[in-house]
Amino acid sequence: MQPLLSQACWDTLYMVGWSTLIAVVGGLPLGVLLVLTDRGGLLQNVVANKVVGQVVNVARSMPFIILMVALMTFTRAITGTTIGREAAIVPLAIGAIPFFARLVETAVREVDGGLVEAVQSMGGNTWTIVRKVLVPESLPSLISSTTTTIVALIGYSAMAGTVGAGGLGDIAIRYGYQRFETQLMWITVAILAVVISLIQFAGDYAARSLHRRAGQSGPGPRLRLLKASTATSKTV
Amino acid sequence: MITTSGLTKIYRAHRSRGREVTALDGVDLHVREGEVYGVIGQSGAGKSSLIRCVNLLERPTAGTVTVAGQDLTALAGRGPRAGRELRQARSRIGMVFQHFNLLSSRTVQDNVELPLEILGKSGKERSAKALELLDLVGLADKAKAYPAQLSGGQKQRVGIARALAGDPKVLLSDEATSALDPETTRSILQLLRDLNRQLGLTVLLITHEMNVVKSICDSAALMERGRIVESGTVGELLATPGSELAAALFPVDGEATGTDRTVVDVTFQGEAATQPVISQLSRTYNIDISILGAAIDTVGGLQVGRMRIELPGRYEDNVVPIGFLREQGLQIDVLGQEPVLLREGAK
Repeated sequence: MQPLLSQACWDTLYMVGWSTLIAVVGGLPLGVLLVLTDRGGLLQNVVANKVVGQVVNVARSMPFIILMVALMTFTRAITGTTIGREAAIVPLAIGAIPFFARLVETAVREVDGGLVEAVQSMGGNTWTIVRKVLVPESLPSLISSTTTTIVALIGYSAMAGTVGAGGLGDIAIRYGYQRFETQLMWITVAILAVVISLIQFAGDYAARSLHRRAGQSGPGPRLRLLKASTATSKTV
Repeated sequence: MITTSGLTKIYRAHRSRGREVTALDGVDLHVREGEVYGVIGQSGAGKSSLIRCVNLLERPTAGTVTVAGQDLTALAGRGPRAGRELRQARSRIGMVFQHFNLLSSRTVQDNVELPLEILGKSGKERSAKALELLDLVGLADKAKAYPAQLSGGQKQRVGIARALAGDPKVLLSDEATSALDPETTRSILQLLRDLNRQLGLTVLLITHEMNVVKSICDSAALMERGRIVESGTVGELLATPGSELAAALFPVDGEATGTDRTVVDVTFQGEAATQPVISQLSRTYNIDISILGAAIDTVGGLQVGRMRIELPGRYEDNVVPIGFLREQGLQIDVLGQEPVLLREGAK
């Protein structure tokens, strides 16, 4: 039982880790682009904004289990298979990119426009503004967004288990549901609860210490906002 | 140093084509090298648009902006994005903001280094320059602090240090003291004044506080509904009959005590301020003069006195004594008389 569970744990972390990495690498520029191309943005391009926004919306509202099935040919083209943890990373990442992009968009939009204006007045170009203002200033929010994405991906990865990806979700379904091994199911639930709590705690801690580094001592309004977002991310 | 001619800015609401707001309506402004120039007006008068048009953060609809002999409107490039030449020109114009606009993720020193990073200066050069500037604004000990740990006045000092990092010849100040308390406002204005003198910095500031103009400006302009309605050096403004700015810079109160009285505002400047004109007037014409209000102050480094006096009899009866006051080189405004009539009376 123990090697089974530890293998499942490792599989879940493997899938979630890689898909989070890809989601951040893909979603961060996409989210920033959504802000920049919006009306009144630095790279205003209403058509591009509408098109990208629509694609993100559709991809985001697609039920994950259907997205996974729909992407099967694409997955096979990339990994050569549709089963196993490597294969699961493809739909997980593609599902998480638009999810993370929207969160990035919201976080970046909250950066004070006055800061952008200040850097423009120094002669900074758009790339400078992205690098020195938009991303660093929204970093605490971006870290919270990443935490939310990881937790959501753990949920998605359980669904990936249904098509043979392995992982904790797979154990819970195969042993707990199909074989009525309730004990094993409860163990997976407990492990998932611990893993999610740890990730959430680490994410909150990182975001909060960044705030504190920026000198926001005490539970200011932004910190309370952070707690509120923590609460919502737990419901994902 | 800064010249705008025919500067016009029209905002169009993006959906409704018909609705337009004219923020600037043909503004001609001339700021001389090394002076502190204040543009004052109520909110919505177009001050913000004006200062943003000077470094082209806002693109004017029409007109030209010349800073240090360079026509910035010609550099504009296409679309909302600024071309390389315009960005270089901007880096030579410092700007400070009402809400400081410091990056909360960077320390004070890193904030001051930001313009130097944009200019591509090396790390050693950047930190040397930043520390020198922080010393100049009196915050050498706060280099490693984060903006959130500073008071409003300290934040604005950092903002000023940052604006000076690129060794600009021109500093734009967008309501730099409007978010500060009176005490801090005074110290920030003093700092701007010192920098103006020490570095020969030309300062263009916009404000809605008359006190700001009074304490540091060499010249001022009054803006109303997108136009400049009055402008000139403080001395010129005070010498302009019926100048709203002069009256606002130097308010004197007091109501006439009866209907058959003439109320006269007397403005003294420089030499004239030392003459005992009121007692001379009283003796020469044998009239009783009451003083309704008076003030003496320094405006833009100029000793100025203003007094509101009341003479018995109507204006027609007092043409001669008023003529006497004018002969002493005083600036006379008769209340209830149009400036045009005044000039005729002087003849």
